[in-house]
Amino acid sequence: MQVHIETEDAAAVCYLDGELDHHNAPSVREKIDEYAVGSTPKHIILDFGGVTFMDSSGIGLVMGRYKLLSAANCTLSVRNLSPHAYKVMRLAGLDALVTLQKRGEKGGKQYAKAEK
Amino acid sequence: MQKPKNEVKLQLDSRSVNEGYARVAVSAFAAVLDPTVEEINDIRTAVSEAVTNCIVHAYRNGMGKIYIRVRLFDGGKIEVQIRDRGCGIADVQKAREPLFTTLGGDRSGLGFSVMESFCDRVRVRSELGKGTTVTLIKTVKGRDASREP
Ligand SMILES: Nc1ncnc2c1ncn2[C@@H]1O[C@H](COP(=O)(O)OP(=O)(O)OP(=O)(O)O)[C@@H](O)[C@H]1O
Ligand SMILES: [Mg+2]
Repeated sequence: MQVHIETEDAAAVCYLDGELDHHNAPSVREKIDEYAVGSTPKHIILDFGGVTFMDSSGIGLVMGRYKLLSAANCTLSVRNLSPHAYKVMRLAGLDALVTLQKRGEKGGKQYAKAEK
Repeated sequence: MQKPKNEVKLQLDSRSVNEGYARVAVSAFAAVLDPTVEEINDIRTAVSEAVTNCIVHAYRNGMGKIYIRVRLFDGGKIEVQIRDRGCGIADVQKAREPLFTTLGGDRSGLGFSVMESFCDRVRVRSELGKGTTVTLIKTVKGRDASREP
Protein backbone atom coordinates (compact mmCIF):
# COMPACT_ATOMS: atom_id res chain seq x y z
CA MET A 1 0.00 0.00 0.00
CA GLN A 2 1.33 3.41 -1.03
CA VAL A 3 0.89 6.72 0.78
CA HIS A 4 2.00 10.07 -0.48
CA ILE A 5 1.41 13.33 1.27
CA GLU A 6 0.88 16.72 -0.35
CA THR A 7 -0.11 20.05 1.07
CA GLU A 8 -3.29 21.68 -0.15
CA ASP A 9 -3.93 25.15 1.30
CA ALA A 10 -3.68 24.75 5.08
CA ALA A 11 -4.20 21.01 4.94
CA ALA A 12 -2.01 17.99 4.41
CA VAL A 13 -3.60 15.47 2.07
CA CYS A 14 -2.57 11.83 2.47
CA TYR A 15 -3.30 9.89 -0.71
CA LEU A 16 -3.78 6.20 0.08
CA ASP A 17 -3.35 3.67 -2.67
CA GLY A 18 -4.08 -0.07 -2.52
CA GLU A 19 -5.73 -2.47 -0.07
CA LEU A 20 -6.17 -1.25 3.49
CA ASP A 21 -6.07 -4.34 5.68
CA HIS A 22 -4.21 -5.50 8.79
CA HIS A 23 -1.15 -6.39 6.71
CA ASN A 24 -0.87 -2.94 5.15
CA ALA A 25 -2.22 -0.65 7.87
CA PRO A 26 0.97 -0.33 9.99
CA SER A 27 3.06 1.29 7.24
CA VAL A 28 0.25 3.73 6.43
CA ARG A 29 -0.14 4.62 10.09
CA GLU A 30 3.59 5.20 10.52
CA LYS A 31 3.77 7.49 7.52
CA ILE A 32 0.82 9.62 8.60
CA ASP A 33 1.91 9.83 12.23
CA GLU A 34 5.47 10.68 11.33
CA TYR A 35 4.23 13.50 9.11
CA ALA A 36 1.75 14.76 11.73
CA VAL A 37 4.42 14.89 14.41
CA GLY A 38 7.07 16.45 12.17
CA SER A 39 4.98 19.04 10.32
CA THR A 40 2.15 19.71 12.79
CA PRO A 41 -0.47 20.59 10.14
CA LYS A 42 -3.82 22.15 11.14
CA HIS A 43 -5.84 19.75 9.01
CA ILE A 44 -5.22 16.31 7.68
CA ILE A 45 -7.28 14.87 4.87
CA LEU A 46 -7.14 11.17 4.15
CA ASP A 47 -7.88 10.69 0.45
CA PHE A 48 -9.27 7.20 -0.17
CA GLY A 49 -9.51 7.64 -3.95
CA GLY A 50 -6.98 4.89 -4.56
CA VAL A 51 -8.19 2.47 -1.88
CA THR A 52 -9.44 -0.71 -3.53
CA PHE A 53 -10.30 -2.63 -0.37
CA MET A 54 -10.92 -1.85 3.28
CA ASP A 55 -11.88 -3.86 6.36
CA SER A 56 -12.00 -3.01 10.08
CA SER A 57 -8.29 -2.20 9.95
CA GLY A 58 -9.34 0.95 8.10
CA ILE A 59 -11.73 1.78 10.94
CA GLY A 60 -8.87 1.36 13.39
CA LEU A 61 -6.63 3.55 11.27
CA VAL A 62 -9.11 6.42 11.07
CA MET A 63 -10.20 6.10 14.70
CA GLY A 64 -6.58 6.02 15.87
CA ARG A 65 -5.61 9.08 13.78
CA TYR A 66 -8.71 10.90 15.04
CA LYS A 67 -7.66 10.42 18.66
CA LEU A 68 -4.04 11.30 18.03
CA LEU A 69 -4.77 14.36 15.90
CA SER A 70 -7.56 15.83 17.99
CA ALA A 71 -5.20 15.71 20.96
CA ALA A 72 -2.80 17.78 18.84
CA ASN A 73 -5.53 20.24 17.76
CA CYS A 74 -5.46 19.00 14.20
CA THR A 75 -8.73 18.23 12.43
CA LEU A 76 -9.21 15.12 10.34
CA SER A 77 -11.45 14.39 7.40
CA VAL A 78 -11.77 11.54 4.96
CA ARG A 79 -12.66 11.97 1.31
CA ASN A 80 -13.15 10.05 -1.94
CA LEU A 81 -14.54 6.98 -0.19
CA SER A 82 -15.78 4.11 -2.34
CA PRO A 83 -19.34 3.04 -1.55
CA HIS A 84 -17.86 0.03 0.22
CA ALA A 85 -15.36 1.94 2.38
CA TYR A 86 -18.11 4.43 3.22
CA LYS A 87 -20.39 1.60 4.33
CA VAL A 88 -17.69 0.15 6.60
CA MET A 89 -16.97 3.55 8.18
CA ARG A 90 -20.64 4.29 8.72
CA LEU A 91 -21.04 0.95 10.42
CA ALA A 92 -18.36 2.02 12.87
CA GLY A 93 -20.09 5.35 13.48
CA LEU A 94 -17.06 7.25 12.24
CA ASP A 95 -19.37 9.79 10.59
CA ALA A 96 -20.06 11.14 14.07
CA LEU A 97 -16.37 11.92 14.59
CA VAL A 98 -14.96 12.93 11.23
CA THR A 99 -16.33 14.32 7.99
CA LEU A 100 -16.75 11.48 5.52
CA GLN A 101 -17.03 12.32 1.86
CA LYS A 102 -17.93 9.77 -0.80
CA ARG A 103 -16.40 9.62 -4.26
CA GLY A 104 -18.05 12.05 -6.61
CA GLU A 105 -19.43 14.15 -3.77
CA LYS A 106 -18.75 17.85 -3.96
CA GLY A 107 -16.73 19.92 -1.54
CA GLY A 108 -12.97 19.75 -1.18
CA LYS A 109 -12.77 21.90 1.94
CA GLN A 110 -14.90 19.75 4.16
CA TYR A 111 -12.32 19.78 6.92
CA ALA A 112 -13.39 23.36 7.66
CA LYS A 113 -16.64 22.01 9.05
CA ALA A 114 -14.81 20.38 11.93
CA GLU A 115 -13.17 23.65 12.98
CA LYS A 116 -14.27 25.12 16.25
CA MET B 1 -28.96 -31.03 4.78
CA GLN B 2 -28.43 -29.32 1.46
CA LYS B 3 -25.69 -30.75 -0.76
CA PRO B 4 -23.04 -28.31 -1.99
CA LYS B 5 -22.71 -27.77 -5.73
CA ASN B 6 -19.04 -27.07 -5.44
CA GLU B 7 -16.41 -27.00 -2.72
CA VAL B 8 -12.84 -25.83 -2.32
CA LYS B 9 -10.41 -26.05 0.59
CA LEU B 10 -7.40 -23.91 1.31
CA GLN B 11 -4.74 -24.06 3.96
CA LEU B 12 -2.71 -20.97 4.75
CA ASP B 13 0.12 -20.05 7.08
CA SER B 14 -0.94 -17.38 9.55
CA ARG B 15 1.17 -14.69 7.89
CA SER B 16 -0.51 -11.34 7.39
CA VAL B 17 0.48 -11.30 3.72
CA ASN B 18 -1.97 -14.19 3.24
CA GLU B 19 -4.97 -12.01 4.20
CA GLY B 20 -5.07 -10.65 0.68
CA TYR B 21 -4.58 -14.07 -0.84
CA ALA B 22 -7.50 -15.53 1.16
CA ARG B 23 -9.80 -12.72 -0.02
CA VAL B 24 -8.83 -13.15 -3.65
CA ALA B 25 -9.19 -16.94 -3.55
CA VAL B 26 -12.64 -16.89 -1.96
CA SER B 27 -13.96 -14.15 -4.22
CA ALA B 28 -12.61 -15.91 -7.32
CA PHE B 29 -14.43 -19.09 -6.27
CA ALA B 30 -17.64 -17.12 -5.63
CA ALA B 31 -17.46 -15.40 -9.03
CA VAL B 32 -19.57 -18.13 -10.63
CA LEU B 33 -22.54 -16.81 -8.60
CA ASP B 34 -22.24 -13.58 -10.60
CA PRO B 35 -22.33 -11.38 -7.49
CA THR B 36 -22.75 -7.61 -7.64
CA VAL B 37 -19.74 -5.47 -6.75
CA GLU B 38 -21.34 -4.82 -3.38
CA GLU B 39 -21.92 -8.50 -2.68
CA ILE B 40 -18.37 -9.48 -3.60
CA ASN B 41 -17.01 -6.69 -1.40
CA ASP B 42 -19.17 -7.89 1.48
CA ILE B 43 -17.77 -11.41 1.14
CA ARG B 44 -14.17 -10.25 0.78
CA THR B 45 -14.48 -8.05 3.83
CA ALA B 46 -16.06 -10.69 6.04
CA VAL B 47 -13.38 -13.21 5.01
CA SER B 48 -10.68 -10.64 5.70
CA GLU B 49 -12.03 -10.09 9.22
CA ALA B 50 -12.12 -13.79 10.07
CA VAL B 51 -8.67 -14.53 8.62
CA THR B 52 -7.13 -11.49 10.32
CA ASN B 53 -8.57 -12.66 13.64
CA CYS B 54 -6.80 -16.01 13.22
CA ILE B 55 -3.51 -14.19 12.68
CA VAL B 56 -3.75 -11.49 15.33
CA HIS B 57 -5.67 -13.37 18.03
CA ALA B 58 -5.68 -17.15 17.58
CA TYR B 59 -1.99 -17.41 16.73
CA ARG B 60 -0.80 -14.28 18.49
CA ASN B 61 2.10 -16.19 20.02
CA GLY B 62 3.42 -17.76 16.86
CA MET B 63 2.64 -19.31 13.50
CA GLY B 64 -0.18 -21.68 12.79
CA LYS B 65 -2.37 -22.94 9.98
CA ILE B 66 -5.62 -21.39 8.84
CA TYR B 67 -8.09 -23.73 7.18
CA ILE B 68 -10.68 -22.32 4.81
CA ARG B 69 -13.50 -24.27 3.22
CA VAL B 70 -15.80 -22.60 0.72
CA ARG B 71 -19.00 -24.25 -0.43
CA LEU B 72 -21.54 -23.13 -2.98
CA PHE B 73 -25.16 -24.22 -2.85
CA ASP B 74 -28.14 -23.85 -5.16
CA GLY B 75 -29.90 -20.50 -5.07
CA GLY B 76 -26.70 -18.44 -4.79
CA LYS B 77 -25.83 -19.47 -1.26
CA ILE B 78 -22.20 -19.37 -0.26
CA GLU B 79 -20.73 -20.69 2.97
CA VAL B 80 -17.18 -19.85 4.03
CA GLN B 81 -15.71 -21.64 7.01
CA ILE B 82 -12.52 -20.24 8.56
CA ARG B 83 -10.91 -22.44 11.16
CA ASP B 84 -7.84 -22.17 13.36
CA ARG B 85 -6.19 -24.32 16.00
CA GLY B 86 -5.22 -21.33 18.09
CA CYS B 87 -5.98 -20.09 21.60
CA GLY B 88 -9.78 -20.15 21.36
CA ILE B 89 -12.26 -17.60 22.71
CA ALA B 90 -13.24 -17.65 26.39
CA ASP B 91 -16.65 -16.02 25.91
CA VAL B 92 -17.91 -16.00 22.34
CA GLN B 93 -21.01 -13.94 23.09
CA LYS B 94 -18.88 -11.23 24.67
CA ALA B 95 -16.33 -11.38 21.83
CA ARG B 96 -19.11 -10.71 19.32
CA GLU B 97 -20.26 -7.54 21.07
CA PRO B 98 -19.45 -4.36 19.13
CA LEU B 99 -16.24 -2.65 20.32
CA PHE B 100 -15.12 -5.63 22.40
CA THR B 101 -11.43 -6.27 21.83
CA THR B 102 -8.67 -7.93 23.79
CA LEU B 103 -5.95 -6.17 21.82
CA GLY B 104 -6.47 -2.41 21.81
CA GLY B 105 -4.02 -0.34 19.79
CA ASP B 106 -5.58 0.25 16.40
CA ARG B 107 -7.98 -2.70 16.71
CA SER B 108 -11.50 -1.37 16.96
CA GLY B 109 -13.32 -4.48 18.16
CA LEU B 110 -15.66 -4.32 15.19
CA GLY B 111 -14.52 -7.37 13.21
CA PHE B 112 -17.48 -9.52 14.23
CA SER B 113 -19.89 -6.60 13.71
CA VAL B 114 -18.59 -6.23 10.16
CA MET B 115 -18.99 -9.97 9.51
CA GLU B 116 -22.52 -9.94 10.92
CA SER B 117 -23.65 -6.93 8.98
CA PHE B 118 -22.16 -8.11 5.67
CA CYS B 119 -23.37 -11.72 5.87
CA ASP B 120 -26.77 -13.30 6.45
CA ARG B 121 -25.49 -15.50 9.25
CA VAL B 122 -22.28 -15.86 11.24
CA ARG B 123 -21.68 -18.96 13.34
CA VAL B 124 -18.83 -19.12 15.84
CA ARG B 125 -17.66 -22.26 17.59
CA SER B 126 -14.70 -22.01 19.90
CA GLU B 127 -12.93 -23.96 22.57
CA LEU B 128 -10.18 -22.54 24.76
CA GLY B 129 -6.81 -23.99 23.86
CA LYS B 130 -8.28 -25.84 20.88
CA GLY B 131 -9.27 -23.22 18.35
CA THR B 132 -12.10 -21.39 16.66
CA THR B 133 -14.33 -21.99 13.67
CA VAL B 134 -16.18 -19.09 12.09
CA THR B 135 -18.81 -19.86 9.45
CA LEU B 136 -20.04 -17.09 7.19
CA ILE B 137 -23.22 -17.65 5.21
CA LYS B 138 -24.59 -15.37 2.55
CA THR B 139 -27.07 -15.72 -0.28
CA VAL B 140 -25.95 -13.79 -3.29
CA LYS B 141 -28.74 -12.34 -5.43
CA GLY B 142 -26.36 -11.64 -8.25
CA ARG B 143 -26.20 -9.01 -10.96
CA ASP B 144 -29.13 -10.64 -12.68
CA ALA B 145 -31.49 -10.06 -9.78
CA SER B 146 -34.40 -11.46 -11.78
CA ARG B 147 -32.82 -14.90 -11.53
CA GLU B 148 -35.01 -17.57 -9.93
CA PRO B 149 -34.13 -18.08 -6.26
N1 LIG C 1 -9.96 -16.68 15.86
C1 LIG C 1 -9.91 -16.14 17.09
N2 LIG C 1 -9.17 -16.73 18.08
C2 LIG C 1 -9.11 -16.18 19.33
N3 LIG C 1 -9.76 -15.06 19.68
C3 LIG C 1 -10.51 -14.43 18.77
C4 LIG C 1 -10.62 -14.93 17.43
N4 LIG C 1 -11.45 -14.10 16.74
C5 LIG C 1 -11.82 -13.14 17.60
N5 LIG C 1 -11.28 -13.32 18.82
C6 LIG C 1 -11.53 -12.49 20.03
O1 LIG C 1 -12.71 -11.74 19.82
C7 LIG C 1 -12.46 -10.34 19.97
C8 LIG C 1 -13.33 -9.55 19.03
O2 LIG C 1 -12.99 -9.79 17.67
P1 LIG C 1 -13.28 -8.67 16.59
O3 LIG C 1 -12.78 -9.13 15.27
O4 LIG C 1 -14.72 -8.29 16.68
O5 LIG C 1 -12.45 -7.41 17.11
P2 LIG C 1 -10.86 -7.19 17.07
O6 LIG C 1 -10.22 -8.21 16.19
O7 LIG C 1 -10.37 -7.14 18.48
O8 LIG C 1 -10.74 -5.76 16.39
P3 LIG C 1 -10.95 -5.44 14.82
O9 LIG C 1 -11.42 -6.69 14.15
O10 LIG C 1 -11.97 -4.36 14.78
O11 LIG C 1 -9.64 -5.00 14.33
C9 LIG C 1 -10.96 -10.20 19.73
O12 LIG C 1 -10.42 -9.06 20.36
C10 LIG C 1 -10.41 -11.50 20.32
O13 LIG C 1 -10.30 -11.42 21.72
MG1 LIG D 1 -10.90 -8.63 14.29
